[in-house]
Amino acid sequence: MSDLSDTAAEIHDEFSEHVDATVDDVEARLEKLVTEYKVPLAEARRSVENHYLDEAGLDRDELGGRGNDTVQVEDVDEPEQWVDLTAKVVELWEPRSDSVGQVGLLGDPTGTIKFTKWAKSDLANLEEGKTYRLGNVVTDEYQGRYSVKLNKTTSIEEVDEEFDVGDNEDEVEGALVDIQSGSGLIKRCPEEDCTRVLQNGRCSEHGEVEGEFDLRIKGVLDDGRDVHEVIFDEDATEALTGIGLEEAKQMAKDALDTTVVADEMRETVLGSYYRVTGPTFGRYVLANDTEKLDDAPDPEAVLIKARSI
Amino acid sequence: MSNAPTREVARRVFADEFNDAEFTFKESDDERAPLYALLPTGERANRVFVVGTLTETEDIGEDSEYWRGRVVDPTDTFFVYAGQYQPEAASALRDAETPTYVAVVGKPRTFETDDGSVNVSLRPESITTVDEATRDRWVVETAERTLERLDAFDDEGNEYAERAKAEYGEDVSAYRRAVLDALEDFDTESDEVPPADA
Repeated sequence: MSDLSDTAAEIHDEFSEHVDATVDDVEARLEKLVTEYKVPLAEARRSVENHYLDEAGLDRDELGGRGNDTVQVEDVDEPEQWVDLTAKVVELWEPRSDSVGQVGLLGDPTGTIKFTKWAKSDLANLEEGKTYRLGNVVTDEYQGRYSVKLNKTTSIEEVDEEFDVGDNEDEVEGALVDIQSGSGLIKRCPEEDCTRVLQNGRCSEHGEVEGEFDLRIKGVLDDGRDVHEVIFDEDATEALTGIGLEEAKQMAKDALDTTVVADEMRETVLGSYYRVTGPTFGRYVLANDTEKLDDAPDPEAVLIKARSI
Repeated sequence: MSNAPTREVARRVFADEFNDAEFTFKESDDERAPLYALLPTGERANRVFVVGTLTETEDIGEDSEYWRGRVVDPTDTFFVYAGQYQPEAASALRDAETPTYVAVVGKPRTFETDDGSVNVSLRPESITTVDEATRDRWVVETAERTLERLDAFDDEGNEYAERAKAEYGEDVSAYRRAVLDALEDFDTESDEVPPADA
């Protein structure tokens, strides 16, 4: 079969419950667009689907899961995509809102991702430790972190697949060439579920609040080819710099200035080489493990190459 | 993913090549467009990362402090200048006890001297003291990156190599020689260390 008739068959399957059209009808519409009007196949497909959606009076959301891309967790890198996913329920969390039926963490061999199931979606409950094939879930993004949402069109099918859930960890290394503003001793908004970093004592959401101290470094690792932005949380910052939260508070108190903490950290760590492992969220690697690279490098391999040029 | 301007990579370049990078350019007419130095081995550098021995510091300013530091690598000397607009780097130079190993992140800058020759220097974003292991790692890494540029120098479509050939000529053998010297230097140093199981 050609791509055209494959696509026609897929579209026909999507609409078989809603529209009275044969595969040939669908293919004729596609062919007209592709052959006569030189529309790329993907765009032609969209257009033909929209035609049948109109005809059936449906929203795109109401179509079945067929025709979605089947993805793995690590492939989710764009919001508002309709995808199918086979994943294990790693953890269930306590929903913080009545509109949420279930919330937790899904995982497959490539990593983990948060999921939300709306209360009004009327779907069966997922159980921790079980693996499901989820059809027609929507991806979402918040501050560089992706999640999937289960909705009323989502299909849930328990499957008997065993795998180890991946940890999404990346490894980056290079010289620490910058510690960006917003690093060191910072204050966060104390409102529930809000952890925004305060600017001059103000939260962008909640206004003037009594902040809570925290330690953080936003750093840049650079290996001369690429740059990697890395976030060190309180523990990782202490591991990197040797300065803990209590000590940092004392330093700021003595100096009547919180910026001395970041200055001191810069002096300690800028310009040295590190290897950082951790998950990637958007443009940042979150440092779970940091290692200073201070073993003697081996010039031999480079020397051989230099002599061979 | 986002439209935020991507941060410029800090190039690795030995001092002998850096000091030859007299030609600077911008990629657009925008006033705020980044300034690049054209490296003779065929790469543009808006930022560099340098590790070497800070051998001397001197306040050469007249009205206000203006610090010059000499940072030596196996091939030559980087000249680092920091004044009132680089307060942290200036105070790092003021407070430094020489000689010491330092890491410098900075931008290449050129200026024309009275006799018409062009001097290349480094305007630091940060200067920090580092240990010997960091310096050694930098030498090997910089050798590697320089070799990569030399390797790609005659590649078809290598835009910056083309420009480098036009500005500085096609003979890059001196930079290969410098890489070899830097590594061989290093090799003798490490040969003096007895094996761990001795």
